Amino acid sequence: MSVTGVVGASVPQTVEYVRILPELVLSLFGIIVMVLDPIIEEKRSYKLLGLIALLGSVAAFVSTIYQAAVPGLAFGGMVRVDGFSIFFHVLILAITILVILTSYEYMEIQRIKAGEYYGLILFGTVGMVLMSAATELVLVFIALEISSIATYVLAGFRRHAPTSAESSLKYFLLGSFATAFFLYGVAMMFGATGSTRIDVIANALSVGPNSPLVYLAAALMFVGLGFKIAAAPFHVWTPDVYEGAPAPIVGYMSTAPKAAVFAVLLRVVFEAKVPGKFWLIWVSAVLSMTLGNLGALVQTNIKRILAYSSIAHAGYLLVAFASAPQIGITAAMFYTASYAAMNVGAFAVVSHLGNYGERYVTLDDYAGLGRRSPMLAAILTVFLLSLIGIPATGGFFAKFYVFNAALKSDLVGLTVIGVINSAIASYYYLRVIVVMYMKESQGEVPVTAVPLGVGTVMALSVVATLYLGILPGRVLDYAWQSATTLLR
Amino acid sequence: MEAMHNSILTLVAFVPLLGAALLLIIPRRDRDVRIFAMIIAVVEFILSLHLPVYFRAEHAGFQFEVNLPWIHNPNIHYHLGVDGISLWLVVLTTFLTPLCVLISWHSIHERVKEFFIFLLILETAMIGVFMALDMFLFYVFWEATLIPMALLIGIYGHERRVYAAVKFFLFTMVASVFMLASIIWLYAKIGSFDFVDVQRAIQTGSVPGFVAAAPWLFLGFFIAFAVKVPLFPLHTWLPDAHVEAPTAGSVLLAGVLLKMGTYGLMRFNLGLFPEQSRTNAPWIVTLALIGIIYGALVSMVQPNLKKLIAYSSVSHLGFVVLGTFSFTQAGLNGAMYVNLAHGVSTGALFMLAGILHERRHTYEITEYGGIATPMPVYATFFLFTMLASVGLPLLNGFIGEFLVLSGAFQARPLYGVLGATGVIWSACYLLWMYQRVFFGKIKNAKNEHLEDLHGIERAALWPTAVAALVMGVAPILWLKAIDPAVHQVLQPFAQMAARVVGQ
Repeated sequence: MSVTGVVGASVPQTVEYVRILPELVLSLFGIIVMVLDPIIEEKRSYKLLGLIALLGSVAAFVSTIYQAAVPGLAFGGMVRVDGFSIFFHVLILAITILVILTSYEYMEIQRIKAGEYYGLILFGTVGMVLMSAATELVLVFIALEISSIATYVLAGFRRHAPTSAESSLKYFLLGSFATAFFLYGVAMMFGATGSTRIDVIANALSVGPNSPLVYLAAALMFVGLGFKIAAAPFHVWTPDVYEGAPAPIVGYMSTAPKAAVFAVLLRVVFEAKVPGKFWLIWVSAVLSMTLGNLGALVQTNIKRILAYSSIAHAGYLLVAFASAPQIGITAAMFYTASYAAMNVGAFAVVSHLGNYGERYVTLDDYAGLGRRSPMLAAILTVFLLSLIGIPATGGFFAKFYVFNAALKSDLVGLTVIGVINSAIASYYYLRVIVVMYMKESQGEVPVTAVPLGVGTVMALSVVATLYLGILPGRVLDYAWQSATTLLR
Repeated sequence: MEAMHNSILTLVAFVPLLGAALLLIIPRRDRDVRIFAMIIAVVEFILSLHLPVYFRAEHAGFQFEVNLPWIHNPNIHYHLGVDGISLWLVVLTTFLTPLCVLISWHSIHERVKEFFIFLLILETAMIGVFMALDMFLFYVFWEATLIPMALLIGIYGHERRVYAAVKFFLFTMVASVFMLASIIWLYAKIGSFDFVDVQRAIQTGSVPGFVAAAPWLFLGFFIAFAVKVPLFPLHTWLPDAHVEAPTAGSVLLAGVLLKMGTYGLMRFNLGLFPEQSRTNAPWIVTLALIGIIYGALVSMVQPNLKKLIAYSSVSHLGFVVLGTFSFTQAGLNGAMYVNLAHGVSTGALFMLAGILHERRHTYEITEYGGIATPMPVYATFFLFTMLASVGLPLLNGFIGEFLVLSGAFQARPLYGVLGATGVIWSACYLLWMYQRVFFGKIKNAKNEHLEDLHGIERAALWPTAVAALVMGVAPILWLKAIDPAVHQVLQPFAQMAARVVGQ
């Protein structure tokens, strides 16, 4: 293997620390936030700690760019920095920055204690970025746990709302189950192949006929990861958790941990070439798309609509996993990025409109928004159109590229189910647009001025959504090249 | 001149969008917004006249082409071009838009700025549909027409506007994903979205698995276009959308959006799948004939003036499909001509209906009667336009329908016979409606003092009347560009026929 990293038990070199630099930076800033929290008074902590967290994630972002110059393995082959890991680092850190900006004023409005909140976001992000660089399944598990535990707690942060507590507990109980499944899968994979390193597993699997243990291991790992990405049939927690959790956190946990888990799944599916995955993914993709879209049709709470929509989008994404390697990876990476752009943006709007205690989150509250606040309505419309998959938005191009990958791989059936689903989906997104523009508002739902933080997030998300839809070339090329490094 | 030649299509396609962007920032007062929108629309029309003036009619291929790489993987190009088929549809669009601005001058009082922004965005999208030669780009423009149109109906329409807008959106959206699937399949096998490349690859038979997939691909495209045309039995969105839409929306819906369907049938279904077109022609023609007769019969019994005109569109567009799937030179020429004529005269009919609605706020025919007395000028315009729509010789409707019917007779006499009844029906329902609305004594006191056409309304109607007359007297001006393009579309069909004879 032509890597510069040291394999073995020797003392780690400096370059190996550079390869986990973003993780180190994030942890450092997480600790700073935790230490400062008890020192400064609560009133000032909202803004100050937010700023520190923002600084931390920007620093991690910068160190990711720096890190890109020194690709290779680190720590006995547990971590690998390559185009693929850089792509997901950039994506996850960008999401984190946007979410921190969204939360910047939200903390004060909802009167949430800022110290733990920002600390958990930073630590959770450590887990996520580590997942995307990990090439060893036990490290993946640890990273998964770091990120999951942070999100369990974050989901319960609206302490005064019983739904939030329900959300957190439900997420925690089911999530622990799911990670246990994943760990069982890893253990069995170790039993079958004698290693937990993905490249070694790939070698072992490529030689001979595989024992039934491998199939069982693949299935168990898929259960664990499928839960995290809210793929059917492991999706039932999603609507309740999303409804109860604070809106900026929903924007976070519906994109960042998912991106990380998709990165792991890509490595497991395409790098380790785990057998028996095709039908697992096929069935799960069809179920996710169909159940997600049908479920969303009857919802009246905007957070629940977006929750069901995220299940459906996980389904579209899984279509890419069933496709041929190179184009499938590219499609999945691009989809993750554009889904993040539109979903973080949509939740920023939802979070702002929700007001104190997230009172205004039903469709009726959105009636007449086009008249009351034309700008917010227009911005939300861009995200909704992107979620529908209307051309010139990132959502369209992502979907297009996924179906393109599927048809290149002769998955005609899956593609037809996919396009029919995206047609069904247009109805419930459209309903929101219709309500905003064509219904008169019932009661007095106040629309406050958009503060700077949330406004920046909305603007950036709109730009990203349109950029990915109109000029997707550069991101696609990058994803394509990273896919090559993954398949080497 | 050379630079102009290369960039004219881009200019024509995007001037309205630019206008919409400027409209967003510059004028504040409603009156200025209207004037500004009018200036943009007129400039756009004049610009678009460059195309027919410099179009070389003897060439059948695409002209004024621009082809720039947009995204390199997947291989998507910004490829625009017009031929005899799309040329006049572009001009029809730019011709109708300023009239739409005029007819909305007084009828739109609320959210005026947004209205004209939607209208101009819609214009860019429609023109893009006719110009795009890259199928990805085509799909982008195709879907882009949906949103502004749905908003025009949903915000500015009448009572059941939301229902109509959603229905319109969903019908088109659902149908077009099948087209998208077909387009992606072709790309996956051929590696190009370029219409010309794809056509060549199919003709040379170098597409793996094409024979097995062709029927489905044909159907994928066909469903998307058939909903748009709309072909019986997929027409049910049309009456709702038309009745609820504001006048300008109806004009563009009937005048241009429906033509996107017939254009697509001719360009993609006939152009890419000649053999499938031939095999499927019998049932498609049957549906077209049902559409012609059914549309006419429903019009006959419509108590609602606007719905009557809407169903007459179903009938007229049936002629276009009949002509297209007759695979004869006359039939296709006629189909194209009906497209244009219907755009002008039905557009005018919708404007006239809208003018009446503005005065009385109802489309019920029984509410009227004898209004030729208070509104003589209006009645004259109405009569003229209606006769053009009926197909009176020397007016535009006649030429197209005559050509279509002669093509249909060549294909199969029965088609011609059944189609010809449509002409009779249309005379019946339109003349009967005219009699009930305009003649006799005034039964309803509210109609006694109806105001006749004022200046802006006349300005909107005159161009359509002139166009209807010129198109009826000198069709050669249009057909000389259409004919070679149509001839080229039909070449594979001639070869197929020759093969059959040779066996």
